Amino acid sequence: MTIELPCVVNRESIVLNVHPMARLLDVLREQLHLTGTKEGCGEGECGACSVFINGKIVNSCLVPVAQVEGAEIKTIEGIATDNQLHAVQQAFIDCGGAQCGICTPGMVLAAVDLLERNPNPTDAEIRTGLAGNLCRCTGYIKIFESVVRACQER
Amino acid sequence: MSASPNHPIGKSVPRKEGRKKVTGQALYVDDISFAEMIYGVTVRSSVPRGRITNISFAGDTPWDEFTIVTAKDIRDIGGENYVALILNDQPYLADEVVNHAEEAIVLLAHPNKYLLEEARRNVRIEYEELPAILTLEDSVDKKEIIWGEDNVFKTFLVDKGNVDEAWTNADLIVEGEYFTGAQEQLYIENNGVIAIANEHDGVTVWGSMQCPYYVHKALIKLFALPEDKVRVIQTETGGGFGGKEEYPSIIAGHAALLSLKCGKPVKIIYDRAEDMVATTKRHPSRTRHKTAVTKDGKLVAMDIEFVIDGGAYCTLSPVVLSRGTIHAAGPYFSPNVRIRSSAVATNIPPHGAFRGFGAPQGIFALERHLDKVAKAVGLTPDEFRRRNFIQQGETTATSQIIREKVDMAGLLDRAFELTGYHEKRQRFAKENEQSRVKKGIGFATFMHGAGFTGSGEVYLASVVGAEATSEGRVKILAASTEIGQGTNTIFAQIASEALGVDSDLIEVAQPDTANVPNSGPTVASRTCMVVGKLVESAVLALKQTLVGSGLLREDYSQSEFQEACRTHIEKFGPLKTFSTYQAPPNIHWNDEKYQGDAYGAYAWAVYVAEVSVDSLTYEAQVEDFVALQEVGRVINPVLATGQIEGGVAQGIGFTLFENVVWQNGRMANNQMTNYIMPTPADIPPIRVYFEENPYAYGPGGAKGIGELPMDGPAPAILNAIENATGVSFDHVPLMPEAIMENLTNVLHGITL
Repeated sequence: MTIELPCVVNRESIVLNVHPMARLLDVLREQLHLTGTKEGCGEGECGACSVFINGKIVNSCLVPVAQVEGAEIKTIEGIATDNQLHAVQQAFIDCGGAQCGICTPGMVLAAVDLLERNPNPTDAEIRTGLAGNLCRCTGYIKIFESVVRACQER
Repeated sequence: MSASPNHPIGKSVPRKEGRKKVTGQALYVDDISFAEMIYGVTVRSSVPRGRITNISFAGDTPWDEFTIVTAKDIRDIGGENYVALILNDQPYLADEVVNHAEEAIVLLAHPNKYLLEEARRNVRIEYEELPAILTLEDSVDKKEIIWGEDNVFKTFLVDKGNVDEAWTNADLIVEGEYFTGAQEQLYIENNGVIAIANEHDGVTVWGSMQCPYYVHKALIKLFALPEDKVRVIQTETGGGFGGKEEYPSIIAGHAALLSLKCGKPVKIIYDRAEDMVATTKRHPSRTRHKTAVTKDGKLVAMDIEFVIDGGAYCTLSPVVLSRGTIHAAGPYFSPNVRIRSSAVATNIPPHGAFRGFGAPQGIFALERHLDKVAKAVGLTPDEFRRRNFIQQGETTATSQIIREKVDMAGLLDRAFELTGYHEKRQRFAKENEQSRVKKGIGFATFMHGAGFTGSGEVYLASVVGAEATSEGRVKILAASTEIGQGTNTIFAQIASEALGVDSDLIEVAQPDTANVPNSGPTVASRTCMVVGKLVESAVLALKQTLVGSGLLREDYSQSEFQEACRTHIEKFGPLKTFSTYQAPPNIHWNDEKYQGDAYGAYAWAVYVAEVSVDSLTYEAQVEDFVALQEVGRVINPVLATGQIEGGVAQGIGFTLFENVVWQNGRMANNQMTNYIMPTPADIPPIRVYFEENPYAYGPGGAKGIGELPMDGPAPAILNAIENATGVSFDHVPLMPEAIMENLTNVLHGITL
């Protein structure tokens, strides 16, 4: 059983033809080929599948697609505009915030979300703001530095 | 150091593939699809040891739509049903017996993932269970013989001086026993591959992996194919840490078997639960120390017994054991050292490579033990070590003469200055009396050898190529993989430095066994030091070819170099040069006696941890961490610092967070919700410092650093916890329950 489901993905209005209980993560990756959103754990622990729904950051592995009817979704592919990297993305490159890169899309979105809510976070606020995203390579220090750099550049 | 952009060594050149990674454009194996591609899954054993008596395909699954592969299919294609590595004892698919829970027995493929999952549950396997060995202790005690004649995969003996005669010269003998647990690598990208196999073209595999040529070697045997009919391509890899050293050979073989049978591309991607329950982990260990010292604190003899649990099959355990054995006596001089080590079999999924490769286990035991010895002899931990640090010209446990400059005492001084160690030791002792939260500071001093052990690099005989392109660029051809640690970037820096051209002009080819030579596996802290040196010599050979042909003068500009490449290719065709590993002079290793130059170079380090232990909740937390190391020349400070920070975080996880719970030989907590790795909220400031003492045979003077940071955190943290609480703990992971059990005794009488 599939349903027609209108939504906006990365500023583009589309109509999905999907099973209502399909995971948003799978729909993004398999139907829309937006493979920047990653699956790390499939149970909402690691944050690799983070996306924005109506401006709120969520783990897309836990979202049945039926929930995004009429919603505005933004993925990592929609963060840079006109080939111009977001300050957070540039800071991740400059400060070594990405190593293997698999957590990076989710981590970038978490950092963008944090800075939108709190443009000048303290060290403790950065840690809390990113606490839903796991990284096994960096030990997080360079990710914290990237967030600080992005604040300075904005 | 020159400010010229053409001298990039020592500069934090941005990660080459950084832009792709921050925009989500980097393609990992699960991001890739082929026309007609279908999916594969693995049906695994539910018992730790048993004889398979029946396999049936039940339920309402439309089985005729499924591709089904068992061990019989391997016989039918004339292949060898083992994963070619060291001992060839591990089958691709269990045939008559299973030797561990989660061992692969049946493979299924179907276009629909959801049907496939149901089908997996409808395969019924019956067993006649056999008695299983589930712990290292039971294996050592031979409660049941489950592997070979004695449950032993491998033993080593390192023997220096005469330990048995030394006991009589000692004023004091101190003994101790130490344990480390399993640890999951927990790369955020699970294992995955895509395979295309058919009789005409052979086998091609794309996947997440560290060592394309390991997979290549294994598939040649599995399919009984010539070398050129097997092709292995590494896709962007989301972390490895050793967990993608040997395991990808298995999943690659499985996908290729399914593909050969169904004639379509087959993708197998493990989910997190399967990856955690079925794939390799760090070897659990037990170390016993018996140490003889004089009353003024000089080591007289070190007698060390080191045992690791290899799991059900040999896999890489002999080499893990080798590195662990050699590192077990640390950066100290003792005239008499005996290290007896063994890797034993149990009926749990095989343990495998994990950053540090045996060294973190042995170093944990030693650095905990030396605090105990220091106490017994009446010295502080630092003063005791100062009296025994190895000096230039002295010999290690394997009788290797340390020829390079080494200054452990100097490193210790600097680390103490950076942390205010002595002041804190005193202050915490005072403050702790009144405080519910006990603070402590501790340290570990250690070394880590770079590259393969002993003659390993000579046997590997790694090769790196450099190819000029008609656009005047240079492409590095190597099988060494970028797994997040920065291979692409540092290779470009090394080549750029050697050629005097921009690092943007250097491309690093995607590891693909059809296009790149075998530069060896991406393991053992060897990629920068050993393979990087080959990158340097390969591009220098390219330059020499251009100069020798008269197309380039010795003192050239970048545009002249590019022009010379173009002209050479026009005139003479493709221009490629290759460089093969040659051992540095004066490296001698005796494999029989396990004596000699175990490693060409060592990194030397002092790590200091500051902790707090809450005497009410029994939580231990790392408050500050300083990692100071001498690693030769640092090629890229941001990348090198990132390696150390990440390794320290993994080490903190190993020490205080990551507890594999075993139930009947199976990991019971195989989820990220109940196997806990450090989050952004758990990590202390990790302050990283380098001393640079260029190594003559490393590229630009570099040594290896990848594994080093895994060695120091566990002993430094437990030494700090002893300082905070007065209780000596001898095992990791150290969970709050264990702290509670021991601390309530010690703190008895204190009002909490």
